[in-house]
Amino acid sequence: MKTLQELEAIRQKTLNELNLRKNREDGIRVVVGLATCGIAAGARPVMSAFVDEINKRQLNNVTVSQTGCIGLCRLEPIVEVYMPGKEKVTYCKVTPEQVGRIVAEHIVNGNPVVEHTIGSFE
Amino acid sequence: MIYRSHVLVCAGTGCTSSNSLRIIENFNKKLEETGYDKEVQVIRTGCFGLCAAGPIVVVYPEGIYYSHVKPEDVDEIVNEHLIKGRPVQRLIFKEGDENGVNTTLNESDFYKKQHRIALRNCGMIDPENIDEYIAFDGYKALGKVLTEMSRDDVVDTIIKSGLRGRGGGGFPTGLKWKFAKAPESDIKYVCCNADEGDPGAFMDRSVLEGDPHSVLEAMAIAGYAIGAQQGYIYVRAEYPIAVKRLRVAIKQAREYGLLGDNIMGTGFKFDIDLRLGSGAFVCGEETALLASIEGGRGEPRPRPPFPAVKGLFGKPTLLNNVETYANICQIILNGPEWFAAMGTEKSKGTKVFALGGKINNTGLVEIPMGTTLREVIFEIGGGIPNGKKFKAAQTGGPSGGCIPAEHLDIPIDYDNLIAIGSMMGSGGMIVMDEDNCMVNIAKFFLEFTVDESCGKCPPCRIGTRRMLEMLEKITKGQGEPGDIEKLEKLAYNIKASALCGLGQTAPNPVLSTIRYFRDEYEAHIYEKRCPAGVCKALLNYTIDPEKCRGCSLCARKCPAGAISGEIKKPFVIDSAKCIKCGACMESCKFGAISKK
Repeated sequence: MKTLQELEAIRQKTLNELNLRKNREDGIRVVVGLATCGIAAGARPVMSAFVDEINKRQLNNVTVSQTGCIGLCRLEPIVEVYMPGKEKVTYCKVTPEQVGRIVAEHIVNGNPVVEHTIGSFE
Repeated sequence: MIYRSHVLVCAGTGCTSSNSLRIIENFNKKLEETGYDKEVQVIRTGCFGLCAAGPIVVVYPEGIYYSHVKPEDVDEIVNEHLIKGRPVQRLIFKEGDENGVNTTLNESDFYKKQHRIALRNCGMIDPENIDEYIAFDGYKALGKVLTEMSRDDVVDTIIKSGLRGRGGGGFPTGLKWKFAKAPESDIKYVCCNADEGDPGAFMDRSVLEGDPHSVLEAMAIAGYAIGAQQGYIYVRAEYPIAVKRLRVAIKQAREYGLLGDNIMGTGFKFDIDLRLGSGAFVCGEETALLASIEGGRGEPRPRPPFPAVKGLFGKPTLLNNVETYANICQIILNGPEWFAAMGTEKSKGTKVFALGGKINNTGLVEIPMGTTLREVIFEIGGGIPNGKKFKAAQTGGPSGGCIPAEHLDIPIDYDNLIAIGSMMGSGGMIVMDEDNCMVNIAKFFLEFTVDESCGKCPPCRIGTRRMLEMLEKITKGQGEPGDIEKLEKLAYNIKASALCGLGQTAPNPVLSTIRYFRDEYEAHIYEKRCPAGVCKALLNYTIDPEKCRGCSLCARKCPAGAISGEIKKPFVIDSAKCIKCGACMESCKFGAISKK
C-alpha cells in the first residue's frame, strides 16, 4: 500500500522524467550540432556528457536536443545554449571534459564560459 | 532514468489499425541498433485526437508533430531527427492540405481552440504506466478527498461545479451523486457506462485507451462520496484495447493500494471490476446496462424506482458515463468555481466530440461549452473536403438530430441543441455535405434503431419498423401524399409511449430532417427525385447527345449491357436495363453522362 507521501515521491520522481514533454517558459535549451561534421569531430560524447551532467544535477528545466550543420564545420563540435530572455551563446570545439564547467558556470550560475565561446575563436 | 528525448507514438484504436505498433517496434529496434536506446525513450500513448492524420508520432523536447507515419519511415526519423537533429520535413504535419505550412502540436488550428480537461492526458502519458499518471497529479484528487473532505463536501463540490452527465442526457451529475448518497444501505455500487454505441462516436473509448486511471480514480471518489465499496465498469467487448488497458490499470492500482482495502492507509475500501458488454445499443440505457451486469438480458425496465434507489442487485447505484468521470478529478483539484467558469449559463465545462463524416480533420476534439458549431467544423475541423458545401451536422447519434447551416452560429450546449431539435448526445458529430440525401440519412439511423430495439415494448419494436418501412417506400419512389404527416404522427406517438430512452428518441433523426429538409422529402414523394442524387431508385442516368463522342467506353464498362450505340455517334442508356451503378458516369471522359 502506498501512502500519500509515497505517492508524492513517485510524482516528483516521474515528473522529472517527463519534464521535457511540458512546454516550459523558463526552459533552457542546450542544442548540440550533430550533423556529419559534428559527429566526426566528436559531438556524440559531448552530448552524452551534457545529458549525464544535467541528470546528475537534476536540472529539470534544461533540455538537450540536437541540430544539423550550422555551416561552421571547422569549429565543431558546436553547442548552443538558449536561455529565456538572453542572447544565444555558442560554444565551439567543445570536449566532454569542458561540459561540467559549462553546466556549472553558465547553465546553473548564468555566466558564460567566455574562453570557449565563438568569440574566442574568430 | 532520464532521457534526453521522448518519442510518443499513438496507440489508440485508429492509429493501431494503421500499424502504429509496428512503428513502436521499429523505433525500439533501430534505437538499440544505433546505441541511442539509453537516451531516447519510445512511449506508447493514447489518442492525440487528429485521427485523420494518423499514425501520429510526436518527438519531445522539440514537440515535432509527425503525421501519416509508416513503419518504414522510422529509419529516416531516427537517422535524421534523433541522431542528427534534422526533423524530417516531409513527414511533419501540415495544416489544411498538402501545401499547408508545417506546424507543431500546440500551434495548429486543430489544437489551439481546444481546451482539454477530459482528454488532458491522452497523447501525453503512457496509459499503461501508473507512475506517469501519478506524475500529472494522478490520485492526488483521491488523496485530497479521503484526507480533507467529508462525503457531503464531495457531493457539494460536484453540484457546485455544474457538471452534467456527458453520456447524453445531461442530468446534473452532483444531484445524481446526492440521490445515490441519500439512501441508507450497507451495500451500494458505483458503475461506469462505457458502452459507447452511437455510430461514429469514440470519445469514451479514447479516454479509456489514453487515460484509464482517471476513470478509476473518479469512481473511487464517487464510491467514497456515496458510500460504496464496489465499482463496475461496463465496457464493450468490441473495444479490446480499452479493455486491456483498463485491466492493466486496475492491476497497477491494486498493487499500489489505490484500489482495495485500506486505500492510502485511510481505512477506505473500494475495488473495481470489469463487465464486458456484447455490443447491444440498448445496454447504454441505464436500467438495461444494470440488468446486463447482473447477468440478465439487456432490457430496460420502467423507472421509478431509479437506480439511485434500487439499482444493481436491488441496491442503490450510481451510474455515470466515462467522460463524466474523466472530469471529476480536475474539479476536485481545481475547485468547482474553476470548472463553472467555463461554458455557458446552464452547461459548464467542456465537451468532447468525435468528428466524422465529410470533414477534413476526422478525430477527437474537446471544446468549451458555448463554442459554435461553425468554429468546430470550419476552424478546428478544417472544413469540408473537396470544396463541397456544408449541409448539416448530425449530433447525438441515432437519438439526435440534424442541424442545418442556418444554425451554425448557435453556441453548443445541452439546451440550445434541444431547442433546435437535436441533442448533445454522447458527442458523435457527423458532418454532411451537399451529396448527402437527408431522407437516406434518416433511414440509416432508423435501420440502426430497428436493429437495436430490444423488443420489450411495442412502440419501439413495431413503431420504428413501420417508420422504417415508410422511409424505404419514399426512397424507392413509391411515396404517397400524406406520408410525411403519417411519419410525423407515428414519431410523436413513439416518443410519447416507448419504455426507455432508445425508443423515446429513435424518431428524432426523422423529425429533425423533416423539420429542416421537408423539401427533400417532398421532392422524393411528389417529384420522384432525389435532390442529392443518392437514392438509386430515383436516379436516371442519361447521355447528353451533344457531348457524347461515341467512344463506346461507357458501353464497355456497363456491367448490365444497358448502353448501346454506334461508334462515333451518340450512345443511349436503356433505363429498363440500367442498374444505376454509376460506372458509366465515372468512365466518361467528356462529362456527357449525368444523373438526376
